[in-house]
Amino acid sequence: MTTQDDRYDIVVLGGGNAALCAAITAAEDGAKVLILEAAPKSYRGGNSRHTRNFRCMHEAPMSVLVESYGEEEYLADLLRVTGGRTDEGLARMVIRQSQECLPWMEAHGVRFQPSLSGTLSLARTNAFFMGGGKSLVNAYYRTAEALGVEVLYDAPVRHVALEGQRVTRVEYEHAGKLHTLRPRAVVVASGGFQANIDWLTEAWGPPARNFLIRGTPYNRGTVLKDLLDQGVTSVGDPTQCHAVAIDGRAPKYDGGIVTRLDCVPFSIVVNKNGERFYDEGEDVWPKRYAIWGRLVAAQPDQVGYAIIDSRALPLFMPSVFPPIEAATLDELARKMELPEEKLLATVAAFNAACGDTSSFHPTELDGVATTGLTPPKTNWARPIAEPPFYGYSLRTGVTFTYLGLKVDETARCSTETGRIENLWAAGETMAGSILGQGYLAGYGMTIGTVFGRIAGREAARHVR
Amino acid sequence: MYDNPIEEARRQAQICNACRYCEGYCAVFPAMHAGRFFSDGDLTQLANLCHNCQNCHYACQYTAPHEFALNLPGVLAEVRQESWEETAFPAPLGRAFHHNGTLIAGVAVLAMALLFWAARHLSSGGTGFYAVMAHGAMVAIFLPAFLLPLAAMGVGLRRYWRRVGGGPVTLADLRAAFGSAATMRNLAGGHGDGCNFEEEDVFSQRRRVMHQLVMYGFLLCFAATATGTILHYGFGIEAPYRLLSLPKLFGVIGGLMLCAGTLGMMHLKAKAAPDLQAPEVRGGEFGFIALLFTVSASGLALYALGGTSALEVLLALHLGAVLAFFLLMPYSKMAHGFYRLAALVRDAQRKR
Ligand SMILES: Cc1cc2nc3c(=O)[nH]c(=O)nc-3n(C[C@H](O)[C@H](O)[C@H](O)COP(=O)(O)OP(=O)(O)OC[C@H]3O[C@@H](n4cnc5c(N)ncnc54)[C@H](O)[C@@H]3O)c2cc1C
Ligand code: SF4
Ligand code: SF4
Repeated sequence: MTTQDDRYDIVVLGGGNAALCAAITAAEDGAKVLILEAAPKSYRGGNSRHTRNFRCMHEAPMSVLVESYGEEEYLADLLRVTGGRTDEGLARMVIRQSQECLPWMEAHGVRFQPSLSGTLSLARTNAFFMGGGKSLVNAYYRTAEALGVEVLYDAPVRHVALEGQRVTRVEYEHAGKLHTLRPRAVVVASGGFQANIDWLTEAWGPPARNFLIRGTPYNRGTVLKDLLDQGVTSVGDPTQCHAVAIDGRAPKYDGGIVTRLDCVPFSIVVNKNGERFYDEGEDVWPKRYAIWGRLVAAQPDQVGYAIIDSRALPLFMPSVFPPIEAATLDELARKMELPEEKLLATVAAFNAACGDTSSFHPTELDGVATTGLTPPKTNWARPIAEPPFYGYSLRTGVTFTYLGLKVDETARCSTETGRIENLWAAGETMAGSILGQGYLAGYGMTIGTVFGRIAGREAARHVR
Repeated sequence: MYDNPIEEARRQAQICNACRYCEGYCAVFPAMHAGRFFSDGDLTQLANLCHNCQNCHYACQYTAPHEFALNLPGVLAEVRQESWEETAFPAPLGRAFHHNGTLIAGVAVLAMALLFWAARHLSSGGTGFYAVMAHGAMVAIFLPAFLLPLAAMGVGLRRYWRRVGGGPVTLADLRAAFGSAATMRNLAGGHGDGCNFEEEDVFSQRRRVMHQLVMYGFLLCFAATATGTILHYGFGIEAPYRLLSLPKLFGVIGGLMLCAGTLGMMHLKAKAAPDLQAPEVRGGEFGFIALLFTVSASGLALYALGGTSALEVLLALHLGAVLAFFLLMPYSKMAHGFYRLAALVRDAQRKR
């Protein structure tokens, strides 16, 4: 049975940052807005509730941001990580508009704090949300509700009916029933598909079954797939996803920021056979953070093990679970279920290949490298010798996917025959329109805020 | 709520230390992020720095039903509570009164009855209050009732200090701690919008304002007593005092503030989620606030109706409530003021 309700001008699909920015903007422009959020209230806010900051251009110190961060530098940072797979026009637009986002966010209840301890390198470029992304999401829900936006939780959207160049219907499930809405405009802001393991497996093959999903279990790509199946233009590559190496003991979904492990540069990383497979000291960790997800994914059973000694422990941020600790390396191998002899041999070979460590420096490329070892460790190569020894298991943690809806600078979706009259997209679900691979810390929230506001404004203009 | 609050606090602190999103809200997080492993003493100190504003809870992406099940305000409240009970001297009294509002009421009623009896039997030829009860008798009752609990509180603080590994206290430590307490800086919520307490994630200044009313109201009442004592012994001017005298000015203003503040606190506390506090001591906490309200309300009534035949009853009520309040100081929520100051001093030491 379906029920029908035509009270709303605009229906926003999703309840994260992009959705909220769109809903607030549209409501301020006078539209009657409904948010359909798949998650229950306690899990509302998608991946946005796991975030900590957004990247913001500024010509002079602004709010908690120090010094300045101009358009060219911002763009250069972006181009470097995406290896050129960037739509420069849209990227520049997002960068320029990020500057007006910060005061807008403050005016809508978001509060900022100086960069967190341990993240000083981002103090100039990224504005941190006080309390993190969930407090941002809370503030936006309060603001939206005060503006008359209605929110329905536990309401996953199943189908968005496209007839010609128009969306005519939105079907969602709620309390065990299917409901139909006929809004005049629709904003899709329902994120990527990374929580849909079957889809990931299609793109990645069987190893994807062993991946952990860092964010919400609700971003299953239902709306994305539905729209792509109806011929809405897509962008990006399904095999591209942002994946990092996280603590192997993390929950399957929603482990969030605390499962990240920053120990790799000070460790050796072995696979389940006790063999090293990549240069752990290639670059400073923030720059290498994102390649280890793929590296671990390529190992047997998609698992790695980082081994450190007691000297390395204070050098990186603590993580959610205490490391596995042992007085000797063979005890550690047993505790971690690694082949004992092989691990001892690997460590011995590594230790023997270490040279002069007197210029060891944890925060810069110190050039303290191994000699004659394959693969080499090119920085921070210090013998693993001082007990107790510690180990962490590593697994691939998917942050988000890149395949998405292609939009223009007005956030409008299209098909082969042209623009769709009343469909806009914002946030992760269209982020592939701007970057096709790689990721710059804090840019996801910037895209969502900028495009959320554009989508809200355009949709409101359409229904006026 | 938790079987082993200190272990649970350790687990949660480890998660927070890996997250750090709440760093800007209060003094707890910077203190927490200074270390990597947490001793029992560290956790006790963190718990006493926390004032249960609940900002971190509503901001937390890991609260239940998430499997990490973060509830930092709740677990710190329990650790804090345990630390007060374990360091109280004698400890069994701490356990009894913190948990039991009825027991607090019982002590209050007993104290009132004692004072009533005293009024009946120890009156003298004095005037005013002292016609009801001899000044000497009042001193004989109140001096020990004030000094003994204070001494017990001192023992408790020493035990606390040892537990958290505090060092020799400098003037600068004290200045930092009192400065923070005087403005309730931590209750401003980091951004100045206040706390989440009574209405989920809505920020408000109400708890800060109410707490200020209670604290400054209490201090003014205390100043009233102190100036009264000075006038009495220093200048031979005896109660009752005129409206424009210091004791009366302090007392009336302080009493009004205390009345309003305690009522406000009870109202806010009733609205707040019990499982974000230490649920098992809610009765004791309400009992204590009610007692403080009785102290201030009966004091004001005494000012207003002191000239009538109600004097004797009101005096017994008021002095009985004050007596109970003093006696229970080390074993009731009142102790939090002392422990919290100690925690702020310790935090100032950490930062230096
Ligand atoms: C652990 C972690 C940390 C991160 N940290 C940062 C950071 O610090 N800075 C940064 O910029 N980016 C960060 N990111 C990336 C960032 O989370 C995303 O770029 C951003 O949140 C995307 O916002 P969004 O609104 O598009 O999607 P989301 O916030 O994920 O919102 C999608 C919403 O759609 C809902 N939904 C999904 N399917 C349906 C459906 N069928 N029907 C109805 N609703 C549906 C979901 O429940 C959810 O509410 C982080 C990601 C993770 C996982
Ligand atoms: S309370 Fe939650 S959000 Fe805040 S620091 Fe701890 S884990 Fe992070
Ligand atoms: S409840 Fe408030 S004071 Fe306590 S730790 Fe959380 S934010 Fe800090």
